[in-house]
Amino acid sequence: MFPFNPASPQSAAIANLFTTIAVVAALIFLIVSGSVLWAAVRFRRRPGAAEPPQSAGNLKLELTWTIIPILLLAVVALLTVRTMSAADPPHDNAGAAAVIVTGHQWWWAVDYPQANVHTANEIHLPAGERVLFALRSADVIHSFWLPTVARKMDMIPGTDHYLWIEVDEPGVYEGACAEFCGAQHAWMRLRLVVQSRPAYDQWLKDQAQIPAVPTTGDSGGGAQLFQTRTCVNCHAIAGTTADAHVGPDLTHFASRTTLAGGVLTNTPEHVARWLADPAAVKPGNHMPNLQLQQDEIRQLVAYLETLQ
Amino acid sequence: MTESSLVPELTTPLPSIWSTNGLLTWIASVDHKQIGIMYLLATLIFFGLGGVEALLLRTQLARPENALLSPEEYNQLFTLHGTTMIFFVVMPMLIGFATYFIPLMIGARDMLFPRLNALSLWLFICGGLLLYFSLLTGSAPNSGWFSYVPLSGKAYNTSQGIDYWILGLFTSGIGTILSGVNFIGTTLSLRAPGMTLRRLPLFVVMSTLNGILMIGALAIFNSALIMLFLERTLHMGFFNPDKGGDPLLWQHLFWAFGHPEVYIMVLPAFGMISEVIPVFARKPIFGYAFVAASSVAIVLLSFLVWGHHMFAVGLPDTLNIFFALASMMIAVPTGIKIFNWVATLWGGSIHFSTSMLFATAFLILFTIGGLSGVSFAALPVDWQTTDTYYVVAHMHYVLFGGTLFAIFGATYYWFPKMTGRLLSERLGQWHFWLTFVGFNTTFMVQHFLGLMGMPRRVYTYPADMPGWGLLNLVSTAGAYLLAVSVLVFLWNLLTSLRHGVLAGDNPWHGWTLEWLTTSPPPVHNFERVPPIHSTRPLWDLEHDRALTQIPWTQPQQAVTQPNYAPVVLAVGITFVLWGLAATWLLSLTGGAIIAGALYLWFMGDASHLGDTEEDQIKLPV
Repeated sequence: MFPFNPASPQSAAIANLFTTIAVVAALIFLIVSGSVLWAAVRFRRRPGAAEPPQSAGNLKLELTWTIIPILLLAVVALLTVRTMSAADPPHDNAGAAAVIVTGHQWWWAVDYPQANVHTANEIHLPAGERVLFALRSADVIHSFWLPTVARKMDMIPGTDHYLWIEVDEPGVYEGACAEFCGAQHAWMRLRLVVQSRPAYDQWLKDQAQIPAVPTTGDSGGGAQLFQTRTCVNCHAIAGTTADAHVGPDLTHFASRTTLAGGVLTNTPEHVARWLADPAAVKPGNHMPNLQLQQDEIRQLVAYLETLQ
Repeated sequence: MTESSLVPELTTPLPSIWSTNGLLTWIASVDHKQIGIMYLLATLIFFGLGGVEALLLRTQLARPENALLSPEEYNQLFTLHGTTMIFFVVMPMLIGFATYFIPLMIGARDMLFPRLNALSLWLFICGGLLLYFSLLTGSAPNSGWFSYVPLSGKAYNTSQGIDYWILGLFTSGIGTILSGVNFIGTTLSLRAPGMTLRRLPLFVVMSTLNGILMIGALAIFNSALIMLFLERTLHMGFFNPDKGGDPLLWQHLFWAFGHPEVYIMVLPAFGMISEVIPVFARKPIFGYAFVAASSVAIVLLSFLVWGHHMFAVGLPDTLNIFFALASMMIAVPTGIKIFNWVATLWGGSIHFSTSMLFATAFLILFTIGGLSGVSFAALPVDWQTTDTYYVVAHMHYVLFGGTLFAIFGATYYWFPKMTGRLLSERLGQWHFWLTFVGFNTTFMVQHFLGLMGMPRRVYTYPADMPGWGLLNLVSTAGAYLLAVSVLVFLWNLLTSLRHGVLAGDNPWHGWTLEWLTTSPPPVHNFERVPPIHSTRPLWDLEHDRALTQIPWTQPQQAVTQPNYAPVVLAVGITFVLWGLAATWLLSLTGGAIIAGALYLWFMGDASHLGDTEEDQIKLPV
């Protein structure tokens, strides 16, 4: 739980500020609630008590509880301004971002432009390196948020935002869209996979590979179906004629761990369930029900599973 | 009836709705007390709706990946819950109390503009009806009480729910602006002789300052609503980057309204606390001038802090820092109030009636909400916590633990004045403790959920997030406890109305003018009012013998006769606006109704309805 588990220097800066404020706030709370409770016990009406002394104010006290909070807030303000650049280091917008994340209703397109890698809902990064992200929206306002890694940054249509992401240790970090973005805001989850540099290089190399198109068996049938059914209207698979970017890029679909913004884990059974009726799994999502036959689903799943 | 020997028999100066013409008397009423009561009754109904919505939301979230509600249903419910509670419960409840008590507390016979007052009420009710009418069109609004574009734009939302959301809020917004005009005008013009502005009861001070906020904030909001409506119907492009607009413009306008709105919902609650605590501690308010002046500071600052709702949208650093510093500054006047209330308790002789229990709990709960609020002003912390359950917790500590606790306290305090009967203290204690425990159970854990990374406005959450399931279950259990507490409260209202102990004029030995008249007050409120020499006229009367020699004066204002014009005008305006979403025929009809209403306004009256003895006051020469 925040602020105890920051995974990056940026998150640690925010956690420190939060902890400081929380301690000060707790002290103030103890003073106020303690005084209230003490007064409640000490000054409770006794039977037959006369009216108490009618004191109506005290200038010294007023000045005290005006000036002390101002001083405390001045300190908080100073810490706040100082923490800003540590929590969200300044960046040169002209510098090309290494990762472009685009929010869609209700999934994330993840592009590595220099490596020509296109994926979705899962971001891979090398540990201990600072990487500049560009954040965009394809439709409504979303908010890019990896709770233990970085600040939230809204994705506003028509504007690009930039954010440095830097994670100390390899691991899997959960994230989500934080700005209400419509029916399936809840299942617009994000996963950050941080790897050692060699493992990351290998992943990037694998992702840049163009997968072979199977021609035989179920997977071969699936590849054909993919081209002939309406799948190609929305999805892209490198090495085929499928080149649409309405839905997630499926070039290395099977290498991802989740499906449809995190609503399912990526297993063949779940993919079959998803293809049979996307709206049953994630009501309101934009993938149509293609009325696929059981055979067709089996073949499409077989094909998609080859896209490692 | 042992009470009857102590207090006079109950008078019923307000017409019963069961009598001949009874209901019409209420509909045509321009009496601030009847209007105030109608405000409060209407808000009780909306409170029930908003509460049921909240229970459904919490039930859905009780377990991870629950399928009780569809995402679409959940989104409509949370939009309705927020919109209802803010626009049709908290704000109009405070307006209702102010409408009832401002004239009584300043020694006036009515508001400055009685018919405008009635128009405000009916516009508020019609606005609520328009909002809920959307259910009959197939979809309630579903893009949140903030309705960010482009999500609320036609491209992503073709449902009529958003249109009715816009039109309903626009309608009630006009009413709110008119209430603001009335509050300010009444306080400035109708005070009893000797009641300078620095001798105003603090509830009147805060409600009047609230008038400034209401006019300023709702004017911005209604303008923004027109823009959103034009964007949806005529594709204007104010908020559309493809047409040179900017979606952030909506956010700026919305929060330039939205933050003052927070104070619209809090300032009068501060006023209530400032009335209740001194009376039950048997001391004058500590630091009257500081409590009043800090409210002025809050009014001014509240228009300069809207950007703190937008810290994550990527504003320039300089702008962010400006809004952060301004937001922190608001903590100072708020803190001054808290310390002065605590100092009022200090050295007092505190009687813990139910009213005082709520006021005392307010001090603690509002402090929690205020302190978590300061953490949002520290920009980077906001970057972490905004749009999470931490905000949901914070905001409910302010609006429920703060404002609603103050309203409950004020209800126990003023119910005897309004009805002549005390609310049951036994049920009141049950009500208080159930509310206190239920509230904290529901919302305390939400701080932790937010810090664990749970975003707001999600209809469900993954089952494999450690701790989320348990904390959400606890929160839901608390919500059910709150539901029970509300039932106890309603039961108390109902039974006490019939069988409550007779209150007499001044059951709490209060010091402000409303306690001078009978309970309930006669239609004309006061025959005469005493000279005012301090903020506590009744204390002065009791303790300063010399004052009794000074003659009392007759309030100048005559009682305005009932008139159908306000309600008809409100209906006409509503029809015009309703037609914008439905059919132009309705708008045309509305135009005709407005014409009729204006005729009534200037030419007609319904004085035959007010044919009771009280209405025929003979002003002594």
